[in-house]
Amino acid sequence: MTDVLLDVRQLTRRFGAVDALKAVDFSVSAGEVHALIGPNGAGKTTFIHHVSGALKPDSGSVHFAGRDVTALSMHRRVAAGMARSYQITNVFPGLSALDNVALAVQGRSDAGSSFRFWQPASKETAVFDEARGYLEQVGLHGKSPVAGGLLSHGEQRALELAMALATRPKLLLLDEPMAGTGPEESARMVELIEHLARHVTILLVEHDMAAVFRLADRISVLVNGQLICTGTPEEVRNDAGVRRAYLGDHL
Amino acid sequence: MAYYRPASWQKPLSLVLLAAAVALPTVLTAIGQEFYIGFATRVLIFALAATSLNLVLGFGGMVSLGHAAFLGAGAYVAAICQQAGINEALIAFPAAMGVAGLFALIVGAISLRTRGVYFIMITLAFAQMAYYLFVSARSWGGDDGLPLNGRMTLSGISLAADDALFYAALGALVAAMILFGRLADARFGRTLQAVRENETRMEALGYPVFRFRLVAFVLGGMVAGLAGALLANLTGLASPNLLQWTQSGTLLVMVIIGGVGYLYGGVVGAAVLLLLEETLVGFTEHWHIVLGLLLLAVVLFAPKGLAALFGRSRRADHD
Repeated sequence: MTDVLLDVRQLTRRFGAVDALKAVDFSVSAGEVHALIGPNGAGKTTFIHHVSGALKPDSGSVHFAGRDVTALSMHRRVAAGMARSYQITNVFPGLSALDNVALAVQGRSDAGSSFRFWQPASKETAVFDEARGYLEQVGLHGKSPVAGGLLSHGEQRALELAMALATRPKLLLLDEPMAGTGPEESARMVELIEHLARHVTILLVEHDMAAVFRLADRISVLVNGQLICTGTPEEVRNDAGVRRAYLGDHL
Repeated sequence: MAYYRPASWQKPLSLVLLAAAVALPTVLTAIGQEFYIGFATRVLIFALAATSLNLVLGFGGMVSLGHAAFLGAGAYVAAICQQAGINEALIAFPAAMGVAGLFALIVGAISLRTRGVYFIMITLAFAQMAYYLFVSARSWGGDDGLPLNGRMTLSGISLAADDALFYAALGALVAAMILFGRLADARFGRTLQAVRENETRMEALGYPVFRFRLVAFVLGGMVAGLAGALLANLTGLASPNLLQWTQSGTLLVMVIIGGVGYLYGGVVGAAVLLLLEETLVGFTEHWHIVLGLLLLAVVLFAPKGLAALFGRSRRADHD
């Protein structure tokens, strides 16, 4: 097996009386596309929040690139190479597509400090040139002067991806990138993720099973806060527990 | 909201206004209206204070109801410096900025952990605490305030003449406008504005948002401290009333009338409010009624403030 990039151990989180996550062990190997699936309310988004650092676990740990990041805040995890896109589109509606991505480039630690008070940011051609590159990668070249809020839903999702890429992540957390997109946009997004997967490790949370089975190297299934199965798409497809969870077949 | 971009005519217009301001004391003296030099200085000082709040409120999105605390702290530092025998503004003014900035650092480090209405309340609470501290400080004059023994000198030149203090205030305002104008367009300003729009997203892009907010808060406090030191020189008194929450409210009203998040919002708001006060007070002592109506009109018909009426360019800055 290749290097383990993300290693989650015994992650546990309660919300009041609800066990949102029950001692979840989960890992992502460098280079793979690992999909996390599960019925609604299984705890997938909660899990992603714990990986990205938006929420802190009651117990358990998150190791990333060989280091314990459980106590690190979100922005430090981003600096360590973890980027996420949001389930709900979350671009800056008032800023142009290019400015959106430029912010992401500028936020990277190797792009220099953002505590610069004098030089006009608009003159930083290196930042904008790089940002244009990411727009091109997600097929948004030509949209760079358009305000984020005026892009179509699918384009906004692509812009999200470009912003995540611009942080130059080792690991990309994609939280339902297909959510709310039409079939055409969805197909384009699958192609795009396939293309990105050649360069970056991806943890994908998605409801669209066709997309998951096409993209994933490994699939993990989360049901009621418990990981019931991890394996190749073929193994997961044939797993009795998974079938029960998805078909509601308790017999 | 997009990034702040000044309209293309803003720079030439500000240069014209600056030239007019430079000529103002001479003109007023020539027509025998020297009295108004002091009033104009007051406008400049409040323009500086309101501009510093606009950095915090307009660009940083932090609704602080305690900004006058830094204004008052600056005034007291100037008076205390003089009491201690330091009459040189080149020492006293930076000291005022330093103390106000340090105070802002403490207030900010605590209150910036809260959001929304809690932030408003906690900044108000800090300012009121400072107010009561100065009211009860006997050695600093208690609720009478601490008077100055004449005005200070600036690099040896006495500020006793009204036009000298006027030019000192003008210099401070111009420096602050240049700094904030550059800052708004630089990486720091863009980051700050983006944090105002969507804090979580910026965190997810790897920005330490707390630090950006805190730096802006401290910078705003420092500039307010400078305004306070100038104000103490103008009025000859560091009064606890300067720290009152009503004073913070006045600064907020200036920024809202002038234009939240517009570089010149604080200047326009301070000028309009003080001119209105000066004119109306001659007719009626109930001039606040007119002020209330004006505020109502601005909020209803020009919700972005008067500076916004002049428009701002929305052109992209890279094509």
